Amino acid sequence: MDPHVSDPSAPLKGGPSKKTEKKLAKEARHQVVSFVFMIFLTSVAFLTVASDTIPNRFAIPFILLIAVVQVLMQLYYFMHLNDRGNGWNNIMLWTGIFVAIMTVPTLMLLIGVIKF
Amino acid sequence: MSQAYAKKSVLWDWLTTVDHKKIGILYLAAGGFFFALGGLEAMLMRIQLMFPELGFVSEQTFNELLTMHGTTMIFLAAMPLLFGFMNYIVPLQIGARDVAFPFLNSLGFWLFFFGGVLLNLSWFLGGAPDAGWTAYTPLSSAYSGTGIDYYVLGLQISGIGTLIAGINFLVTIINMRAPGMSMMRMPLFTWSSFVASALILFAFPALTVGLLLLMFERLFGATYFAVEMGGNVVIWQHLFWIFGHPEVYILILPAFGIFSEVLATFSKKRLFGYSAMVFATLIIGFLGFMVWAHHMFTVGIGPVANAIFAVATMAIAVPTGIKIFNWLFTMWGGRIQFTTANLFAIGFIPSFVMGGVTGIMLATSAANYQFHDTYFVVAHFHYVIIGGVVLGLFSGAFYWWPRMFGYKLNETLGKWFFWLFLFGFHLTFFVQHFVGLMGMPRRVASYLPGQGLDSLNLISTVGAFFMAFAFILFAVNVVVSVKNKSEADPWDGRTLEWGIPSPTPEYNFAQTPLVRELDPLWYEKMHGNGKLKAAEPLDDIHMPNGSILPIIMSFGLFVAAFGLIYLVHPVTIIGLLITLVCMFVRSIKEDHGYHIHKEDIQNEEGAG
Repeated sequence: MDPHVSDPSAPLKGGPSKKTEKKLAKEARHQVVSFVFMIFLTSVAFLTVASDTIPNRFAIPFILLIAVVQVLMQLYYFMHLNDRGNGWNNIMLWTGIFVAIMTVPTLMLLIGVIKF
Repeated sequence: MSQAYAKKSVLWDWLTTVDHKKIGILYLAAGGFFFALGGLEAMLMRIQLMFPELGFVSEQTFNELLTMHGTTMIFLAAMPLLFGFMNYIVPLQIGARDVAFPFLNSLGFWLFFFGGVLLNLSWFLGGAPDAGWTAYTPLSSAYSGTGIDYYVLGLQISGIGTLIAGINFLVTIINMRAPGMSMMRMPLFTWSSFVASALILFAFPALTVGLLLLMFERLFGATYFAVEMGGNVVIWQHLFWIFGHPEVYILILPAFGIFSEVLATFSKKRLFGYSAMVFATLIIGFLGFMVWAHHMFTVGIGPVANAIFAVATMAIAVPTGIKIFNWLFTMWGGRIQFTTANLFAIGFIPSFVMGGVTGIMLATSAANYQFHDTYFVVAHFHYVIIGGVVLGLFSGAFYWWPRMFGYKLNETLGKWFFWLFLFGFHLTFFVQHFVGLMGMPRRVASYLPGQGLDSLNLISTVGAFFMAFAFILFAVNVVVSVKNKSEADPWDGRTLEWGIPSPTPEYNFAQTPLVRELDPLWYEKMHGNGKLKAAEPLDDIHMPNGSILPIIMSFGLFVAAFGLIYLVHPVTIIGLLITLVCMFVRSIKEDHGYHIHKEDIQNEEGAG
């Protein structure tokens, strides 16, 4: 029996299989592509403000929009939320986001000066 | 590597235990103590209100009593008692050997315990908190003494413990289910504990933030709630109720779970509408986050906002109604046994429905202007909390007592307890509806004679004495029944927790059970040989080692809290250092637990 089974702290022996190697290579490619894309998004956000090509009124929602895209990419490509076995993580995450979306803007409206 | 099992002294064993069963019993013991304390505070208040203009306690003491009664009962009694049952029963119901993080489980308990002790020490150190359990600003931020500092830090520490426990249950229920125990085969108590834990996860951060703001305001001169500095006092109310409303569902949902187990067992029927029950539980948990402002109808958030929150609140009556009807249909045509546990469950249905009806009345935002801050509200929430949560706790106690302590509580005494308690409860709180409608405000230390309030208040106090006497009967019952040894499955149970020997072995299941249906034990009784099928061969069982660290870690925060309350920074730093050093030790010290050997298990199972 592999000593790792009885004692989880024992070192693993041998290298990864061909299939795992292929999968790892694919994952690494995804990481690099999404990393470059995120750098691109960050620079777009910066350029939006630095250059005066886009009106201020539009700049803030635009930056927020690309921020949301970037957060989603971070979660799904860097933090592997789209891998198998992450169903519950997704459920809890989205429930939390949903609760926050319900409460925070409501709260902002309710304690704001605007009354309906 | 793992070490051999070594015998420890009893006290050391309980202080260091990471066994979910022992932690469950610790929760029950500590929660029971605080329950008695909160009850005592209630009795003192009722004696003060027995006659008009009575001088039994001073106004200041009365304010402290009402604040501590509410805070103690919610945070230190009802929740820990439910956690006690959840800890003991949920792993057994899903066929697990422990919770997912036994060490954190112990840490959660000790944090709650030290938080509770800190809160109650305020009685002896300059006066208890006196701003109501809701601690509304600016009363709590600018016009109260050190008591509120104890409130803030005590709740903060016990809140961390609650959050830890909630996350632990979520992970346990998601990851540790036995083979075949799909989500839709989980007993209702496990389901409702799961939803309650999710509510804890999402609701407690709001309280944490609120308490943190209040702490900064009081101790370090922040101005979140100071209107003259551009602050807003209503922020506290929102934060408190964003937490506070899910909190009442955190309390009631596990109680609903207990009733679902008890009614099905003692009606000898499968729970009616299982999937509808699960769905209703989820919906209640979900809607619980969208109704917080119904506590604030009179604050002035505007008619449109009031209307939206009123409608959302009334919507909760729908899933709750589904549950009530499912319980009635579970009993319909069943072979009902009127055991004490079942009496509490049956008594719950009409009592809770009455609380629900007044809830709809209160949700009517226009009428709420009349009811707000009167005894009508007091009557309403005692009807849902005593008529729902407390009856659930007692029902669960009588139902699971043989499983937890190996003996059955005396049924005759139990029935006396039930009838006296139910009678006392309705006598105390039914009249308070009318006291409230006549205009008596809540949280006042006295009232004038000749306003029609005298006799009703006296009746209410008499009822409170009935409840106190009934609770003493329960305490007596616990002691006198010790010799009343019980078999492993005294109620002809349906779920996994009744399929193991009594007293419950340390490792719960010698072999992880195979679950073939909803109500797995009942299925095996009807379609198998009455014993749970094993999902694995008998083998050595890996167990976690006990640890003293949780208690020291919690003690560190307890010390730090004193440093913060009296602004003695060295003490704060020492306290935090104690906690951090413990965390460091826990992180670097390797601990692989130990094994219980196959032969020992065979011996024990053979004998039992």
